[in-house]
Amino acid sequence: MSTETASAPVAVPKEGLFSKKNRKLITDPLNDNNPITVQVLGICSALAITVKMSNALVMSISVLAVVVLGNMIISALRNVIPSRIRIIAQLVIAAGLVTLVDIVLKAYVYDVAKQVGVYVGLIITNCILMGRYEAFAMNNKVGPSALDGLGNSLGYAWILVVVAFFREFFGSGSLMGITIIPNSWYAANGGAYFNNNMMILPPMALVIVGIIIWIQRLRNTKLIETA
Amino acid sequence: MNLVNIFVKAIFIENMIFAYFLGMCSYLAVSKTVKTAVGLGAAVIFVLGVTVPVNYLLENYVLKAGALSWLGASFADVDLSFLAFIMFIAVVAAIVQLVEMVVEKFAPALYGALGIFLPLIAVNCSILGGALFMQERQYSNVAEATSFAVGSGVGWFLAIVAIAAIREKLRYSDIPAPLRGLGITFILTGLMGMAFMAFMGIKI
Repeated sequence: MSTETASAPVAVPKEGLFSKKNRKLITDPLNDNNPITVQVLGICSALAITVKMSNALVMSISVLAVVVLGNMIISALRNVIPSRIRIIAQLVIAAGLVTLVDIVLKAYVYDVAKQVGVYVGLIITNCILMGRYEAFAMNNKVGPSALDGLGNSLGYAWILVVVAFFREFFGSGSLMGITIIPNSWYAANGGAYFNNNMMILPPMALVIVGIIIWIQRLRNTKLIETA
Repeated sequence: MNLVNIFVKAIFIENMIFAYFLGMCSYLAVSKTVKTAVGLGAAVIFVLGVTVPVNYLLENYVLKAGALSWLGASFADVDLSFLAFIMFIAVVAAIVQLVEMVVEKFAPALYGALGIFLPLIAVNCSILGGALFMQERQYSNVAEATSFAVGSGVGWFLAIVAIAAIREKLRYSDIPAPLRGLGITFILTGLMGMAFMAFMGIKI
């Protein structure tokens, strides 16, 4: 957790060309306004595909592509879309982009695409998409919208990667599919080590996110809910 | 018998929330009181029960490879399955709009209570998830698909009502401040999910 929050400011120098306000668009969602732990958006797909790091990365990149491109398209069309049918217009744009992502994944990383399965389709209903389209892209210019999409999907991505890190490391003893825990440690080979099979089960993802929220709010007390 | 099996399986073993995390956004946001949770849960059962059969027909008579063969031999090798996402979400959005209008007309109190969350059912992952699971599992007829849809809806309903009841009680508990609200709800959902895993061993 601490390494992740420390890595947040690293993004700043890279975006140094942009104004302070635009930089905030990227850094805010990483911590203070994180889509998962603060806005509570996009939980659905976030938790189911975090058993392995590689799945989490593929999912993060897919969401990044859909949010950034969708934000730009919607922002470019924002004066043309009638407000009454904006939800359907946003859904159609999202669905079109997700269809593209799905086809690309099936073409280039078929194994991962098989495992990620229905959750790629569910990016359409990932609330981050609709939330950002509705709250930001409808009222802002193309440039800031792209940055906002980038920031939010990065905020989404780091939570996914952290959760996947713990689940894969403790659940399978590996990272990105590479075995980390030496084989000789396992009880089957005379050692005393067991993988924690509970980590592979879905409920642990929720508990890990709960703990991330706990630690984040411990450090960032203004996020604490008073009610 | 098969229908009952699918129904029970969808409620307990393949519970939308505890096994697949679908519809978590509204699950977390609307579960502060039992009353609104019941309203939203009922709306989800209804929307799932209507959209999944419609999408099933769409999938099997329009979109699937060769599904258009009823139009004539020349359509036999048309494969429109790449349109599935767009068609499914369009059906869901249209039906949600319809439900919203009906609820506004006949149950204004419920409409007021559900507020923003009714339109959000359109982007509730459990609704589109129901359609995509239906597509993936290839149910053999529309009755099976409906049974699966209603079962999933009931499972979602049970989950949100249960968490809302627990959260009402939690108000009297002394939870560490940073964990209050969202954090503890996540952990609780995880614990409930573990309890639901007990159903996994059951073969039906």
